Amino acid sequence: MEQTPIITVKNLVKKFGSFVANDNLTFNVYKGEIFGFLGANGAGKTTAMKILCGLSLPSSGEANIAGYDVYKDTDKIKRNIGYMSQKFSLYEDLTVYENIRFYAGIYGLRRKVIREKTALLLNKLQLDQEKDTLIKSLPLGWKQKLAFSVAIFHNPKIVFLDEPTGGVDPITRRQFWNMIYEAANKGVTVFVTTHYMDEAEYCNRVSIMVDGRIAALDTPGNLKNEHNVQTMNDVFLKLARSS
Amino acid sequence: MISVQVKELTKSFGEVTAIDNISFDVNKGELFGFIGPDGAGKTTLFRILVTLLIQDKGTAFMEGHDVVKDYKKIRNMVGYMPGKFSLYQDLSVEENLNFFATIFGTSLEENYDLIKDIYHQIEPFKKRLAGKLSGGMKQKLALSCAMIHKPEVLILDEPTTGVDAVSRKEFWEMLSKLKENNITIIVSTPYMDEASLCDKVALIQKGKILSIDKPSNIMKSFPKPLLAIKANNMYNLLYDMAEYKNTHTVYPFGEYLHYTPLEKTFDIKDIESYLASKGHINIIIEKIEANIEDCFMELMKKN
Repeated sequence: MEQTPIITVKNLVKKFGSFVANDNLTFNVYKGEIFGFLGANGAGKTTAMKILCGLSLPSSGEANIAGYDVYKDTDKIKRNIGYMSQKFSLYEDLTVYENIRFYAGIYGLRRKVIREKTALLLNKLQLDQEKDTLIKSLPLGWKQKLAFSVAIFHNPKIVFLDEPTGGVDPITRRQFWNMIYEAANKGVTVFVTTHYMDEAEYCNRVSIMVDGRIAALDTPGNLKNEHNVQTMNDVFLKLARSS
Repeated sequence: MISVQVKELTKSFGEVTAIDNISFDVNKGELFGFIGPDGAGKTTLFRILVTLLIQDKGTAFMEGHDVVKDYKKIRNMVGYMPGKFSLYQDLSVEENLNFFATIFGTSLEENYDLIKDIYHQIEPFKKRLAGKLSGGMKQKLALSCAMIHKPEVLILDEPTTGVDAVSRKEFWEMLSKLKENNITIIVSTPYMDEASLCDKVALIQKGKILSIDKPSNIMKSFPKPLLAIKANNMYNLLYDMAEYKNTHTVYPFGEYLHYTPLEKTFDIKDIESYLASKGHINIIIEKIEANIEDCFMELMKKN
């Protein structure tokens, strides 16, 4: 893998009053990498991700996202990233096509481009017949695949996935990961936050946050070897329980 | 001794058959898991068992009581923890517990022994409002409330969904301790890796039970030999293995993919040279035993 940093974070601190949510974070994420950002509830994942998405300013430290500074260039950051969450991604009361047009329109894509790309996308997802179907009547697995496709529709450099695959059956889940591998293979950087440790096994590298700090950062294979355990779940339990 | 007995149970909502002719028995004191994705029918089944829904067809007995006719008796002897946090957010921990105890005509003191191991962990926060608790603590409070009346059967609907790995582990440890009280526990989960923590599991998908047995027996009955394969580029590896002549299934499993052959067996040397010819490097191929997720996917494919 080429090692071109696309996210660089140095000594990043975020405080809320006297509470330190992110305590001196330093890490790089490389172009085309699938990077897992793990931690228990309340470890500080969401706080850090909001900063990386240009939604919140750090208290101190540096962070650069796709060439843009998190203090000065928050608008440019937002234009160059995609975001998908399990909790909220698509408008349930809009149709498949209306959702695509809405998101693509927000990112400034032209109507003609939207039309052409939509046709290709629906064909690829085998959703041609569902173009005018309301999102709320689609099965969860289709929604997730569509939500991911919409999140990368404007060709972002980085896509942030916030607990993306909960609840679907194991085959659908793997189809979803195939899409993620495909995007990464085309050079999109995939930044996944999750507290489901089996999702972590799919990432090229993972960081594990404990109490606001990065307690470990390596490939899943190396982390398992280092801690002499079989699964990322066991790695996580060792790190989180020692805190 | 049979604690829960379900025969040919069916429930539809309009066009959708949520559960489709399901039968199973759960023994007294057993920890029984329903493993399946969202929409499999787990919640519908549980709501029938706790008398909150009435089935279209079939029968269900809890400790010998019919869920339709004897619903009042059942409500006194079943503890139910719904999937959505359903306690009073604006009452404190202690107030919630006292409320549920009073409804069931008992008190916190009377059954303190049963819940003490769990309640002990949240007791320091007993004055805190339930809505202000962390996910793991909410779960412990909900379990305490579900057990305050000393139920014979506990029904827990996805208790570990949305909580982190540490709380999940603690929760399963609590359940195995509870078994010592000879309480029957029926639990549902979308996480395949939790199957091995149950005495017996039913794999459930689209309202139907795919398989029902001890987890170890389900894994042993996997019908194909299985290989784990790894190389430098997972995306290309998945594509190339799907195109390989002797391929039944190829699924990503973390850093590896799992492969089953179309024929009865496979030739590791041939796979190696095929992948090398496609430009893969650092190829690792290992023969492995199936896990519950492998079994679930194979059963889904068959059905």
